Amino acid sequence: MGKTLFEKIWEKHIVKTIDDGPSVLYIDTHFIHEVTSPQAFTGLNKRGIKVFRPQQVVATADHNVPTLNQHLPIKEELSRKQVEALINNCAEHGIELYGLGHPFQGIVHVIGPELGITQPGMTIVCGDSHTSTHGAFGTIAFGIGTSEVEMVFASQCLLQSRPKLMRINVDGVLHKGVVSKDIVLYILSKITASGATGYAVEFAGSAIRSLSMEARMTICNMSIEMGGRCGLIAPDEITFKYIKGRKFAPQGADWDKKMAEWKQLYSDGDASFDKEIFINAEDIQPMITYGTNPGMGIGISENIPTTETINENDRSGLSKSLAYMGLQPGSPIKGQKIDYVFIGSCTNSRIEDLRMVASFVKGKKKADNVEVWVVPGSKQVETQAIQEGIDKIFEEAGFMLRQPGCSACLGMNEDKIPAGKYCISTSNRNFEGRQGAGARTLLASPLTAAAAAITGEVTDVRELLN
Amino acid sequence: MRALTTIQSRFVPINIENIDTDQIIPARFLKATTKDGFGKNLFRDWRYENDDESKKIAHFPLNMSQFDGEILVAGKNFGCGSSREHAAWSILDYGFRVVVSSFFADIFRNNALNNGVLPVQVSDAFLQRIFLQDNNTELTVDLEKQIITINSTGEQEHFEINRYKKTCLLNGYDDIDYLLSIKKEIQQFETQRV
Ligand code: SF4
Repeated sequence: MGKTLFEKIWEKHIVKTIDDGPSVLYIDTHFIHEVTSPQAFTGLNKRGIKVFRPQQVVATADHNVPTLNQHLPIKEELSRKQVEALINNCAEHGIELYGLGHPFQGIVHVIGPELGITQPGMTIVCGDSHTSTHGAFGTIAFGIGTSEVEMVFASQCLLQSRPKLMRINVDGVLHKGVVSKDIVLYILSKITASGATGYAVEFAGSAIRSLSMEARMTICNMSIEMGGRCGLIAPDEITFKYIKGRKFAPQGADWDKKMAEWKQLYSDGDASFDKEIFINAEDIQPMITYGTNPGMGIGISENIPTTETINENDRSGLSKSLAYMGLQPGSPIKGQKIDYVFIGSCTNSRIEDLRMVASFVKGKKKADNVEVWVVPGSKQVETQAIQEGIDKIFEEAGFMLRQPGCSACLGMNEDKIPAGKYCISTSNRNFEGRQGAGARTLLASPLTAAAAAITGEVTDVRELLN
Repeated sequence: MRALTTIQSRFVPINIENIDTDQIIPARFLKATTKDGFGKNLFRDWRYENDDESKKIAHFPLNMSQFDGEILVAGKNFGCGSSREHAAWSILDYGFRVVVSSFFADIFRNNALNNGVLPVQVSDAFLQRIFLQDNNTELTVDLEKQIITINSTGEQEHFEINRYKKTCLLNGYDDIDYLLSIKKEIQQFETQRV
């Protein structure tokens, strides 16, 4: 019988399988950042050992960094200490660090692909759940805990049991104004935030094939929000074209050799999955979340569910969610006033996202009642945006272009949404307090977020497109 | 992790079923940042009246001087409830290396094994036999042979353990130690794939 994409990669990375036990999975690339690595380094020091393969570890600072005045010392003491610890640990163990001020610095899941470090067929881990992003290149990429970070430091391996396999097929052509973020929010609204628990999820189908790498990353990024162990997409010409010529991409004869390998990375026609889901791209409209988990999403023209209309999984949590959000069951979401717009995070902060927003807002102005933050995913994205004049378009529209980092995706650095305020966010989590204590998050695509920035309320972007 | 091969010791009996991890270590003690020091709060609310260390509850086995040893023997379904790993840490920190029961909650079993505490699951009948012994009786737990013996009577029973976890425990390995021990194989794997 044929093999799935996941199985092909998995089997190539098994050092051995323990009788009655887990497998030893070899890890090609290990990304680290300042928040989940310090205790792992302490663990190594206690054992008196060094990082086994430092050249396969790449570090950056992203979660705790300010997104204004990055040349100044970090004000918040605990954040500063974590960033300093990362600098010291990387120096001591010989790990390449793209820290603050470095031209490659940025959100860990943005810089890996952008530098050509992320390549098809790899196993990739990071002490961060959104490591699933890298799966867009046809890799097995997943988030790990701090004790596992220590395992990979020590041995470049992890003890893992193989997850079950699911394939989500999205076929057809997307409507105008509907983008990849809407696809993934739509899937989430159908299968709920626990619909893929225990599975590795392969995304396939003509609608997925037609997407750019940036758009595919947005989808794999949020596979973790369905509970998936990881998400992946078979590499193709779009993938190869994206990688070619990037800083750490293979070159010359090496490139040809890799290409031959990469072209084998797809699920065979007779491969079998534990579960398959089929979705029609034409059924998807611009999506937005109304609740406090990413599965609580609806089409922009729909009404907020009531206990009768909501899926079973979220029924018990609905009234608590809506009370937190200050929203009414059964009422339309369109027209809801908003206070902040956040365009950023490892879900939607790549150059393509910024270009999409810029081409939409060009010549328009933001509404007076909203504050708009655009936070590029990396220093390279920021530089490119400035080179392309995107910064000027934002300035004229009243959007604030900040410096790279995780920013308002999580209330950990200085960028927080005040309690009770509504924020349309292109990030991936709308949990209570995620963007700051009491902050109310509505997840949406960059286009829907940009439309709301212009009108000051939840808006169907299709009405503004000509 | 400390190795565990054979433990011969007296035992502390807590003949209560369904002991959950909230009883083993109450939630208010979970704020610490290291794994050490939990032993003094093991079964905290069963040991002291009103959380007052000067008011020991006399009939609770941990407070009874006649009971002692590295083996805890408890009623069926030990370690149910919250998945807190702190339960295993507190049992280890108090000085137990083995817990004997006729059933263990899954997550507790894993947490115990990952921290060098051996859960020995015996039949209900065998468990009752242990509870009938007097306080001077010693038990012998032989991990290599997977046999538990009541020394005074010679009664024995076989117990199950996952083979990987058994190797870890016999050698005092945790997962990281295990991975370090197969470094040669990992290096060989690396050279083979280029
Ligand atoms: S942008 Fe948000 S989700 Fe992504 S790595 Fe940073 S904190 Fe995590």
